[in-house]
Amino acid sequence: MAHWMFQEHHEMFRKSVKKFVEKEITPYVEEWEENEEVPKKLFERLGELGYLGIKYPKEYGGLGLDFIMESVFIEELAKCGSGGVGAAIGAHIGIATPPIWRWGTHEQKKKYLTPAIQGKMIAALAITEPNAGSDVSSIETRAERHGDCYVLNGSKTFITNGVNADYVVIAAKTGDGPRHHNVSLFIVETRWDGFSVGKKLDKLGWRSSDTGELYFENVKVPKENLLGNENEGFRYIMQNFQWERLVMALSSVALAEKALEDSIRYSKERVQFGKPICQFQVLRHKMVDMAIDIEKARHITYRAIYLYNQGKGVTTEATMAKAYAGEMVSRVCDQAVQIHGGNGYMLEFPVQRYWRDARIQSIGGGTTQIMREILVKRLEIMQEGSPEA
Amino acid sequence: MGYEPYFTIEHEMLRKAVRSFIEKEITPYVELWEQSGEFPKEIIKRMGDLGFLGLRYPKEVGGQGWDYFAGIVFAEEMARCGCGGVPMAVAVQTDMATPPIMQFGNEDQKERFLKPAIKGEKLAAIGITEPNHGSDVASIQTRAYRDGNEWVINGSKMFITNGPRADFITLVVRTSDQTGHKGLSLILVEMDRPGISISRKLNKVGMRSSDTAEIVFDHVRVPYENLLGEEGNGFKQIMWELQGERLISAAAAIGIAEYAYEFAYRYAKERKQFGKPIAHFQVISHLLAEMKTEIEVCREMTYAVAYRFSRGEVPSKEISMVKLACAQMAHWVADRALQICGGNGYMMEFPIQRIWRDTRLYRIGAGTDEIMKEIIAKQMGLQDD
Repeated sequence: MAHWMFQEHHEMFRKSVKKFVEKEITPYVEEWEENEEVPKKLFERLGELGYLGIKYPKEYGGLGLDFIMESVFIEELAKCGSGGVGAAIGAHIGIATPPIWRWGTHEQKKKYLTPAIQGKMIAALAITEPNAGSDVSSIETRAERHGDCYVLNGSKTFITNGVNADYVVIAAKTGDGPRHHNVSLFIVETRWDGFSVGKKLDKLGWRSSDTGELYFENVKVPKENLLGNENEGFRYIMQNFQWERLVMALSSVALAEKALEDSIRYSKERVQFGKPICQFQVLRHKMVDMAIDIEKARHITYRAIYLYNQGKGVTTEATMAKAYAGEMVSRVCDQAVQIHGGNGYMLEFPVQRYWRDARIQSIGGGTTQIMREILVKRLEIMQEGSPEA
Repeated sequence: MGYEPYFTIEHEMLRKAVRSFIEKEITPYVELWEQSGEFPKEIIKRMGDLGFLGLRYPKEVGGQGWDYFAGIVFAEEMARCGCGGVPMAVAVQTDMATPPIMQFGNEDQKERFLKPAIKGEKLAAIGITEPNHGSDVASIQTRAYRDGNEWVINGSKMFITNGPRADFITLVVRTSDQTGHKGLSLILVEMDRPGISISRKLNKVGMRSSDTAEIVFDHVRVPYENLLGEEGNGFKQIMWELQGERLISAAAAIGIAEYAYEFAYRYAKERKQFGKPIAHFQVISHLLAEMKTEIEVCREMTYAVAYRFSRGEVPSKEISMVKLACAQMAHWVADRALQICGGNGYMMEFPIQRIWRDTRLYRIGAGTDEIMKEIIAKQMGLQDD
């Protein structure tokens, strides 16, 4: 559906990304799913094309464009049909490098942002720990200041790109001050002593993306690698969540679209009882329901992106988009499997992968339940003495 | 603060004006009108005087010369009045019976029908459905024969909103012996012509403040010049009309869902059980968040499609999608609001039961959920013609 947010130059860009994805990504998805990682070369190739720095300033090697242009890229990338590929690239451009761009010094940007934009370094973001998920303020990883260094101890889990990353932006406690004022962000190179990858985690979906458990044992982090101000990390993390959630919402919409496209194609080709199965009313109505569900998620997502791109606060809109799209994609992919019947259950049909990949969208980036908790606060549902809805 | 690219500050001022009019002159009387099964015709005149019935019509025909989104503002606000009936009746006037006159009518017809409708001097109805033909418009049987300078109309129309008291009806009739969608035409018929009778005032589950009729046409003579646009073009004309009808009903669905959400929101904060407001129970709070999310999701989709419509596109697939999505959303939100209100929600003295009954029609009127799906499926290439 043509949407006013996208101008002609966006659509031209969409065409070239689409072509690239069809030629250089989609044919290799199966192989990467088997290998449980995307090749480092993919990052380099994306870097060459400028796709890893769409929204970043030219000064650091970016294209100097905006979030709407990056949205086009994220949508088209997700259309490759593997959530894992989208996750690996999405973690790199959507959550790991933005904090460096936003809060990093010129030197940090030169050293870490530029090579990431070029695809020469792979980045990850590490917040979640075995005992701390959405409850970010309860993280236990600590960084103690000793002279010119911080000494980092602790562990992180569910870290996308964790195994192959060259550096990780890590959240650690740096003080005993009040909650939300004792966390800082650090850029930590994975080659440093004391940094180790525990195990590559084995996942239900997103299999072409590597997910790691990270351990830090007295890792010496130079003080120059502190990102932004000490003890302000919590705020940075919360701000960073907005784009992460929008990226998740966008990729949910695109994956669902892919599942619907496959279903339409299959239902037109598959003949039973003498006619293509799309001619059965219940099946075509099912596909209409899927299409509407997708459009609903798409529009709230675009709205939030439009506002975000203007620099406006979009906590409510982005949270709604993530909550709705994250659930929508599982509904749609489940129905896509259903339309494919027995074939849909076979690993040789990609629709089962969409279905597995979709399942994380209502968990990662904050579960739907966490999204609702945020909305309850935003809408002042539990606040007393505010009868205005 | 505007709401790009749909609403400007002027729209927001209009919204305030409409809201305050409704709070003062409609909401307090809703119970009464629901009881009596109709609203007073004077309220239509009053809205005409205030310019509300012609917001998006050009000044030449007595309108306010605003854009389509002014109509959306009005429909949303009307739907927050506390019932579905009155807003539906008014929407028939502003967005169903009159747009074909604006679009296909000549100067004389605009003078005789459109202008007085915009002024609120004439109540309008639209006659498509018949006892045996609902969404299957191509099967319409009401027949108009040419007799000299007149049409002679025979047949009957069903479920006609504003029917019992309308001053004129925009009528879909068959004007030739051709079957199917060929041979249909639109004719404007004054309701005081001999041969027109209201065979029944229909009794409905909801939308009770709006009156609904079955109308019989028995050798009704109408001047030839009451034909709207070209003879034989009726099917195309009415398919065009239905697009605006569906879009405005989506906007109304959003408005009424907001009303239900806000009612439940206030109730949940005030109602205490087990020592705390029920809004403090996690499932209730999450349910409210989900209701609001559904409303906002449907709102964005509706505005984006209305934006295309306002610029001259008629994206019928997308219009059907928003009509369906908003209708389902509104009834679901109303149902959940009723649930939050518990036993009170089931009592007639609480308006939420009315919203629940009224929103049920959104999934039937202007084409059922199932008909919307058939239309969309066809446009998605899933169904042979």
